[in-house]
Amino acid sequence: MIEYIKGYLSTGTTPGEAGNLFWATVYILLVIVGVSVAVLCMNWLERKILAHMQIRLGPMRVGPHGLLQPFADALKLLIKEDIIPHDADKLVFWSAPVVVTMTAFTTFLVVPFGRTHAVTDMNIGVLFMLGVSSLGVLGIIMAGWSSNSHYPLMGSLRSSAQMVSYEIAMGLAIVSAVLMTSLQTGTGTLSMIGIVEAQASQHTWFIFKFFPLGFLAFAVFAIAMVAETNRAPFDLPEAESELVAGFHTEYSGFRWSLFFLAEYSAMLAVSSIAVTLWLGGWMRPFPTWLGGSTWNMAFSFLPALTFFVLAAMCFLGTIRMPKIPQFRIQTIGLGTFGALLGFVGLVLLVPAVSVRVQDIYWFVVKVAFFMYLYIWYRGTFPRYRFDQLMKVGWKVLLPTGLGVLIATALWGLMPQLSAAITGVLQ
Amino acid sequence: MTSVATPFFFYFLAITAIVSAIAVITRRNPVHAALSLIVTLLALAGFYLMLYAPFVAAVQIVLYAGGIMVLFLFVIMLVNLEQNIREYQFNKQWIVATIAALALGGLLAFVYRTGRGVFPSAFYQSYRGLEGDNTQQIGVWLYGQYMLPFEIASLLLLVAIVGAVVMAKKRI
Repeated sequence: MIEYIKGYLSTGTTPGEAGNLFWATVYILLVIVGVSVAVLCMNWLERKILAHMQIRLGPMRVGPHGLLQPFADALKLLIKEDIIPHDADKLVFWSAPVVVTMTAFTTFLVVPFGRTHAVTDMNIGVLFMLGVSSLGVLGIIMAGWSSNSHYPLMGSLRSSAQMVSYEIAMGLAIVSAVLMTSLQTGTGTLSMIGIVEAQASQHTWFIFKFFPLGFLAFAVFAIAMVAETNRAPFDLPEAESELVAGFHTEYSGFRWSLFFLAEYSAMLAVSSIAVTLWLGGWMRPFPTWLGGSTWNMAFSFLPALTFFVLAAMCFLGTIRMPKIPQFRIQTIGLGTFGALLGFVGLVLLVPAVSVRVQDIYWFVVKVAFFMYLYIWYRGTFPRYRFDQLMKVGWKVLLPTGLGVLIATALWGLMPQLSAAITGVLQ
Repeated sequence: MTSVATPFFFYFLAITAIVSAIAVITRRNPVHAALSLIVTLLALAGFYLMLYAPFVAAVQIVLYAGGIMVLFLFVIMLVNLEQNIREYQFNKQWIVATIAALALGGLLAFVYRTGRGVFPSAFYQSYRGLEGDNTQQIGVWLYGQYMLPFEIASLLLLVAIVGAVVMAKKRI
């Protein structure tokens, strides 16, 4: 048994490839816990950042600077009454949030947080993620239909039309990135780990390859993925000014929180696709330009440094707390949280830990960048009208995606093409 | 690494596929029927995986379960369902349907009895090595050996698109 557990550590692959059930289970649990924690953080950060963008304070009451607000919300949702409308289709109504949550979490099976830090590596990795996340639409449609109410139905109609249209542009952008993996070696790959390794072997992130083609494909994907996750400015399926809350109007309590969880984990999932395909996955920036052991060491301090900065921010907050007895618990809490973050930073300084955490750190930082973009979009862009949405999807993104795909193929075949042309001319 | 093509998975997928396929034709509510059809399609994708065709399985999920069925449901939701459920079904096609089902069953039984030489049990074992570059093989075959059938199929789809546009738009 111990040998079985230890045996995996020397394989240097993912648990799925090594066929090690124990570590696969551990990784799956880690991913589920990690994603849930990320959703909690995201909940707090979104309110806070959005509030600051609108010159408000955001949550301030529950815990220091509202840090405990997500927990309070989760508790509230758990103990709220679970309402099922009288004329709802019970079975479909019940299974819709389950489908949405299951598909959102299943996509994380192939997300590579590092060379060995993925549950498994599939030779159809990208297709698997696309397919499973496209099943998530079914959950939304089921929710909207089974509620037997007008607003949810309108919301899910909009959602299905929107997702089907943007999936095509998204697929075209992905294909042009997959095409790039095959350029130097001649054998392309759909595996998530394989795509990152192709970027490593070609010494460039695909966003910078064939400039501006890689960047254009990335831009198409970055726009389509916002539409795919029903977020502002493409949040027509849940436009609160028109449809109350869209497809989940009739949901309450725990079922509603499942929709919330699924929405945010779907955002994390599509961001990880973008990071893997165009931003070099787990690779740190400038691995060759700023190469060498000195730079490697400098970069390996960054995870710890991030936590130290966060801890310092907490301590700053502790100092700035009002010095009155009513705020004593808050002050102690914030100080303890800062100390905890500082301790995590210290642990990350241990060489054995920092080597293993490097990959995960860079992947998470890149995904976090996308999550910030999501909040930024929501704070700045007005919502599209439905015809504008369809126009952007079909008349702008789809032709751009097609053009980029063809241009990428031509550029990739440039040596062969020029050889053929000179051959004909002679 | 152990094989995924175990009898347990086969029977699990087979029972799922058959039960949900029966539900497709017995449910009065079209949305329930469509949802059951999705389950059937997913079980079929599982079968493709067991036959070492991961690309086909993924495309089955992306296109059929994720794309076509979403459009199906989209259309069904626009139809007034309550009326459809209450209405008496007057299409008496069960004789034709029985004959068609029997013919298909007979064909399948015939293939099962005599196909042993055509589909030897070692057939897919010899393709196991292709699992890794399954996607590539399909691409090479589609654009090489089977170029003409592939183009004809896409022409058929083009005709369908043009037809849909002509029918939907009175004035172009």
